Amino acid sequence: MTDIEQAAREVTARGESARRRGRDPVNLPMIHNWVEAIGDRNPVYTDASFPSVHGGIVAPPAMAQVWTMYGLHGTRPSDDPLGAMVGVLDDAGYTSVVATDCDQTYHRYLRPGETVEVASRLESVIGPKRTALGEGWFVTTRSTWYVGDEPVVEMSFRVLKFRPKPAAPAATPTIRPQVGRDTAFFWAGTALGELRIQRCGTCGRLRHPPGPMCPGCGGTEQEYVVASGLGEVYSFVVHHHPPVPGRTLPFVVALVELEEGVRMLAELVDLSPEAVRVGLPVVVGFHRVDDELAMPVWRVR
Amino acid sequence: MSGTEVGTRLPELVITATPTFVVSTAIATRDFQDVHHDPELARARGSKDIFLNILTDTGLVQRFVTDWTGPDATVRRIAIRLGVPCYANDTLTFSGQVVSRTEVSDGVSLVVEVVGRNSLGDHLSGSVTVVV
Repeated sequence: MTDIEQAAREVTARGESARRRGRDPVNLPMIHNWVEAIGDRNPVYTDASFPSVHGGIVAPPAMAQVWTMYGLHGTRPSDDPLGAMVGVLDDAGYTSVVATDCDQTYHRYLRPGETVEVASRLESVIGPKRTALGEGWFVTTRSTWYVGDEPVVEMSFRVLKFRPKPAAPAATPTIRPQVGRDTAFFWAGTALGELRIQRCGTCGRLRHPPGPMCPGCGGTEQEYVVASGLGEVYSFVVHHHPPVPGRTLPFVVALVELEEGVRMLAELVDLSPEAVRVGLPVVVGFHRVDDELAMPVWRVR
Repeated sequence: MSGTEVGTRLPELVITATPTFVVSTAIATRDFQDVHHDPELARARGSKDIFLNILTDTGLVQRFVTDWTGPDATVRRIAIRLGVPCYANDTLTFSGQVVSRTEVSDGVSLVVEVVGRNSLGDHLSGSVTVVV
């Protein structure tokens, strides 16, 4: 059993907390403020002359909890079970809280002049659960509102106490390539500073971009060779628009014919777009994005 | 009342959650947590803005159903599940339909399923049991 489960067992064993009395009896001014704010025009809450099925003014049932709210400077009593579990979970690193469920049952409506008391007990503590917000525990308490010894309203209230997920790593400013079964060898190569060209394991033909099957013989055996990295610009475009993450506009994308005979696309760097021409001799370089990814680039040689 | 058959849809309730609405309902429910009235502190705590409190959600669900039933109704239960927050200046639209209808000693007990949606998605969903 975890410390959290042990603590939950102890808090549950305490049973219902001492009853806590609302600051004021159920009263018309607070009802008026509430129906005005909510926009509820039901006359049974405010109009004593209305022939109400409730036989006189009643408080809105959804106000039940309002009568015993802690108020502006209130503090939770030490025997409050939710407060106790919040403390335990805070200490265990589950520092954030969000309410998830609120289920109220009204045995009867309250009337002005009645004094309401509330008592709470711990119903369940379930976890650790993986949630969209992070790992956490669902804490459910059950509160009962009493007038005298008569239970008038019950509420089951559930919160998720969770450990916030670490912030996602800052988005890399470069669009990352889709790495698949056929291309993994290529990107493993760039990370090592090698420019790799796929070679058919059956007929030996070089091909790029990589694919599952040789366009010459249909073979599916795959090998690769390491290119010299030397080539010439076969064609190029100057990209002016739209903006691309990680790039400064304008930039040059060059299709380079490598010595080995295949053509390959990459950004041509360190040269103004006006100076680029077909036939320009280039050499591959590797722009390291992070520990896992390096992008090939062309430089003039 | 008539028109309470299973499948009956309730008229929608559209709430514009102005900052005044968020603050006045928080205070009327005696909820003084700063995220419901102080935009600067709400943002410092990671929220986009001040947002509606749960007691108000329960109150709005009650109003949505009794606006439809009229005053001769007794609400027995409101159960809600909370989703995305409802920040100030969002619009919250309640829709619902009758999913169960049972004759009881003091009338007809209806269960109404309710959803409250805003620009971020489902703010709440749940059910209300009301005797008419």
